Amino acid sequence: MPLTIGCAARPGKARRNLTGSWRVFRPVFRPEECTKCGLCATVCPEGCVIETEEGTFIPDYDYCKGCGLCAEECPAKAIEMVQEEK
Amino acid sequence: MLKITEGSYAVAEAVKLCRPQVIAAYPITPQTHIVEALAEMVANCEIDGEYITVESEFSALSACLGASAAGSRAYSATTSQGLALMFEVCFNMAGLRLPMVMTIANRALGAPLSIWNDHQDTISLRDSGWFQLYAEDNQEATDLHFIAYKVSEDHNVLLPGMVCFDGFILSHTYEPVDMPVQEEVDGYLPPFTPYHRLDAGDPISMGMYATPEYYMEFRYQIQQAMEQAGKTLVAAGKEFSEHFGRDYGSLVEGYRLDGADTALIAMGSVCGTIKDAVDEMRDAGRKVGLLKLRAFRPFPEREIVAALNNVNTVAVLDKNISLGNSGAAGTEVKAALAGSGITVLDYVIGLGGRDVRKRDIARVVDLAEKGEGDMFYGLRTEVL
Amino acid sequence: MMQVEGKCELFEAGHRACAGCGPALAARLILKAAGENTIVVASTGCMEVFSTPYPETAWGVPWIHSLFENAAAVASGIEAAIKQQGRSEKVICVCGDGATFDIGMLCISGAFERNHDITYICYDNEAYMNTGIQRSGATPLDASTTTSPAGKCSLGNKRPKKDLPRILAAHGAPYVATASISYPADFVKKVERAINTPGACYIQVHAPCCTGWGFDPGQTIAIGKLAIETGLWVNYEMVDGVVAKAKKVRRKPVEEYLKAQKRFQHLFKPTPKTEEIAKIQAMADANATAYNIDIKLKQERQ
Ligand SMILES: Cc1ncc(C[n+]2csc(CCOP(=O)(O)OP(=O)(O)O)c2C)c(N)n1
Ligand SMILES: [Mg+2]
Repeated sequence: MPLTIGCAARPGKARRNLTGSWRVFRPVFRPEECTKCGLCATVCPEGCVIETEEGTFIPDYDYCKGCGLCAEECPAKAIEMVQEEK
Repeated sequence: MLKITEGSYAVAEAVKLCRPQVIAAYPITPQTHIVEALAEMVANCEIDGEYITVESEFSALSACLGASAAGSRAYSATTSQGLALMFEVCFNMAGLRLPMVMTIANRALGAPLSIWNDHQDTISLRDSGWFQLYAEDNQEATDLHFIAYKVSEDHNVLLPGMVCFDGFILSHTYEPVDMPVQEEVDGYLPPFTPYHRLDAGDPISMGMYATPEYYMEFRYQIQQAMEQAGKTLVAAGKEFSEHFGRDYGSLVEGYRLDGADTALIAMGSVCGTIKDAVDEMRDAGRKVGLLKLRAFRPFPEREIVAALNNVNTVAVLDKNISLGNSGAAGTEVKAALAGSGITVLDYVIGLGGRDVRKRDIARVVDLAEKGEGDMFYGLRTEVL
Repeated sequence: MMQVEGKCELFEAGHRACAGCGPALAARLILKAAGENTIVVASTGCMEVFSTPYPETAWGVPWIHSLFENAAAVASGIEAAIKQQGRSEKVICVCGDGATFDIGMLCISGAFERNHDITYICYDNEAYMNTGIQRSGATPLDASTTTSPAGKCSLGNKRPKKDLPRILAAHGAPYVATASISYPADFVKKVERAINTPGACYIQVHAPCCTGWGFDPGQTIAIGKLAIETGLWVNYEMVDGVVAKAKKVRRKPVEEYLKAQKRFQHLFKPTPKTEEIAKIQAMADANATAYNIDIKLKQERQ
């Protein structure tokens, strides 16, 4: 790959780095308890909580680092952190 | 059109003709007349650009960096302490491969405080990735600005450049200067087309950090760009002579080197004095010539070797000192001529505005011919 | 299940911030508020490093990093260029507290005095995190950092946080605001307002750092809320130098905030430093008075 002059780059390449592999705890989303408030998506530092067609939310495990902010902030307590099994 | 004008005003006029879009500069003697003149031109709408009255040289160059990254032709001018304050930005801008031109009215660096001329300021930035051109007189200082923009913005180069001219000796001296008109300059220097720029329509990240996997390659690319700058300078200099009749088609300029046994090497305004001294020495039957370095970065090693093929002795005049070693040009000329059998001697001269006269040049030649050199020339006896 | 949003985030996943990073959330929210027609100028620090190892940039908008301390000056040049070219992008600096409170002051002061049309956002994690948690002018009183360590004869950082918002308001900034990532909607609104206010505007967003402050990554939002709820951080807006709006709270004792973080543990162990904690409480009380943030009970109001 030729190097860009001046160490510059076009957007889109951070996604190559699948940070999901860092995870120790995995958030498990329970859509049946979701009130669709979207706070989980708002507070995610990765921006990897995605709204579904039903209006509930799912994490993108390719990027989710397992910080637990979504579970902590979910007002309906519809997200649970469980130990990742590797 | 031939005009009798102060060096600073000639430079300001040349900069105006280059149509700068963003100017950011901070006053410092002896650069002030340039930026005052430019501020006035902006105030009178003679320049269609923004003049940013920054609070420091550090911000001046940082603002130029931003302007260049956003795709505007940027300009600044400074000297000495101001250039030293820009140190970090200088390296950064070259690494980002952002073009611009900056005029340096060369001045000594303190301490002791001195507002007078030598080349310590720019020489201290020789490793920064900026190409450096040194003018002998105000005509050359004027012309080098057009050439410098053309080279800096060339997509095969993309490096910032310094046009250096001696503080006071040139900046505050009235000389006749043949000033081109706008159409002529427009015919030579096209508008700036950035290689890439900050633009919401086509986003890009600039100035990312490089891990050890990549860093060296980026540095290598700058080195290659600097080599290319040498070639582009020659081409742009030749093209300039086609347009304007004055020849800058080489990184060095030989003066009466034919049949010379001893060659002087120097940069900047002292070359004018040396030319007169050489004429007198030649009249007296001494086989002396001059090789003027117009570019110090890229270093014109090949040109120096070729030009000095037939001399026995080389005396390098350095208006700078790499403390703990010797003058910068001396060191590099020695390296260039290593193994050639030519004796190269270095003379640190004219620091902090100490006058260099024709008789000093003749004495340096005397010393060189006796094999005495690698010294500070012309010191007061109390320190010896 | 299908994704609704067709478009990726402007601040993309894949960046290398710690799990639970407050500044990473700040970056996301800033771009949510600012949108595509934005140019971001960064300073050297955690955010720059975690978001742009070559060639993996997380930024979907034009982004530039030059040095640690010159973002405001670089932004000045970009703004001037854009103006000269007749373009419409908004220029936003996103810089750490070290870059802002300390080493970048010269460039910031100049840019604000010249009143460039830029928005300067300081993500305040209250220390130099990128170089290993050293104190900055934004580090609060008594926080233990690697250069202000608590020890036998030290209670941590010796001085309270510099009041930078007021310093910039004193420059004549038309809009200055403090915000917290723990109140994302408020932060987003303030960013929008700053961007749409002509002239140099400043936002200081509290961005807790789990690694540097010593708390569990899942607590980032909760810690930010506690800072507000104890009165140690006040969310307010200043319009033309006058405080226009401050978030009201039912205040909790400062211990609740301090106890939750390792950087203040020496105030409680081995023995409680009651006097020192009282000093911090007094600072919160002074904030409450200065910004009138206490929600008064009905009887008190009558
Ligand atoms: C001139 C200069 N001095 C020091 C540094 C080293 N340095 C890099 S980042 C940094 C601290 C950054 O702190 P802050 O701005 O608060 O950002 P954070 O890392 O906390 O997000 C320091 C000291 C540098 N890069 N440049
Ligand atoms: Mg910080």
